[in-house]
Amino acid sequence: MPSLKDLKNRIESVKSTRKITKAMQMVAAAKLRRAQEAAEEGRPYAERFSAVMAGLAASVGGNDGAPKLLTGTGSDQVHLLVVMTAERGLCGGFNSNIARLARQHAQSLMANGKSVKILTVGKKGRDQLKRDLGDSFVGHVDLTEVKRIGYSNAQDIARDVLARFDAGEFDVATLFFSKFVNVVSQEPTALQIIPAKFESEEEASGGAFYEYEPGEEEILADLLPRGVATQIFSGLLENGASEQGARMSAMDNATRNAGEMIDKLTIEYNRSRQAVITNELIEIISGAEAL
Amino acid sequence: MADTMQFDLVSPERRLASVEVTAVSIPGSEGDLTAMAGHMPTITTLRPGILRVEAGSGTDEYVVSGGFAEINATSMSVLAEKAIPRGEVTAEFLEGLRKEAEAAHEAADDADKDMTAKTLADLAYLAEAMV
Repeated sequence: MPSLKDLKNRIESVKSTRKITKAMQMVAAAKLRRAQEAAEEGRPYAERFSAVMAGLAASVGGNDGAPKLLTGTGSDQVHLLVVMTAERGLCGGFNSNIARLARQHAQSLMANGKSVKILTVGKKGRDQLKRDLGDSFVGHVDLTEVKRIGYSNAQDIARDVLARFDAGEFDVATLFFSKFVNVVSQEPTALQIIPAKFESEEEASGGAFYEYEPGEEEILADLLPRGVATQIFSGLLENGASEQGARMSAMDNATRNAGEMIDKLTIEYNRSRQAVITNELIEIISGAEAL
Repeated sequence: MADTMQFDLVSPERRLASVEVTAVSIPGSEGDLTAMAGHMPTITTLRPGILRVEAGSGTDEYVVSGGFAEINATSMSVLAEKAIPRGEVTAEFLEGLRKEAEAAHEAADDADKDMTAKTLADLAYLAEAMV
C-alpha cells in the first residue's frame, strides 16, 4: 500500500505528463494545418504533371528509343526501396506502419530471389529497419535540420536516386510513404517511381493533338527526371501531413489516458486519506475510553 | 470566339495564379511565344525567363525557371519548377539559380554541355533584364 505522500507525488507527475502531451497535441494540430495546406497547394502541380506525362508516355512509350526511365531497364532483378518516415517519434504507429510495409515488400522480393537496396529518408525508418535489413542500406537522407519541406529537398533526393539509376545500380524503384486520408487515418503506401507509371485520369485531355516544342522525345527526356522529383515531393508532403495527424491523435489519446489515470489515483488517494483519519479517530476514542 | 482564356501558373509548392487572361507571353525553350485564346494545342518546355500575363485589369510578371507549359484553345497551364512574382525576385534567388545551373554545367557530359551552357546564358540574360 503506497503512502499518501507517494500517491501525491504520482498524481503530480502524471499531471505534468498530461501537460506535456496536451502541449504536443496542440503543436501537432497547428503544424498539421500548415502541412495540410502545403499538401493541397502542391496537388494541382502533381495532377497536371501526371496528366501531361500520361499523354506523352502513351504516344512515345511504344517506340524503341523511349527513355529507360519510362520503359525500365528490361529487367527487374535489383529493387531500390525509398523508405520515407519521420525524423521524430511519439506519433503512434506512423513510422512502424511504413517500416512494416517496406519490410514485408523487401522480404517478399528477397523470397523471389531479387536483390534489394534501401534508401532511407528520415531517421526513424532507418532505426526500425536496421536490424532486419541493415545490410541492404545504400544511403540515408537526413531531414532533421529541415524546418519546412521544400521542393529542393525532393530534388536532392531525386538527384541521388537518378544518379544511382544512371549508374545501373537498380532496375526498379519504389517509394514508401504514408498517404494522408484524414486526421485519424493514414495509409502506408508503396508507389513505383521507376520505371514511371502515370495514372491517366483524363483521356489525354479530350483527345486533343498537341504540338510539341521541342519534339516529344526531348520533352519526355526533360520531364521524366522532373517527374521523379515531383512524385517524391508529393510523397514528402503527404508524409508530413500524415505524421502530424498521427502525432495529434496519439497525443490526444495520451492526454486522455493521463486524465483517467489521474482520476483513479485521486480516488485511491482520497480513500487512503479517509482510512488514515478513521484510524486516528479510533485511536483517540479507544484512548478516551481507557481512562 | 471568346477573347479570354483560363490561365494557371503552378509551382510544386504553391499555386501562383489562376485567372482569366487575354494573352500570356512565355519563355519557351525554342523561343518566346505569346498565346491568346484559340491557340493551337501546344506543349513546350521552358527556359529561365520572364513570363508576362495580360489580363483585363493589367499586366503581371513572373520569373520562371524549368518546367513546361500546356496550351489549349480555352486554357493554358504553366507548370514551372520555380516561379515567383517579379516583385519578389531577389539577387540571392538569381544567384541560387546561377549556382545550380553552374553545378549542372560542371557535371554535364559533352552531349549535354550545349543545353547547360544555354541555360547559363539564359540566366545571365535574365539577371541583366532584372536590374
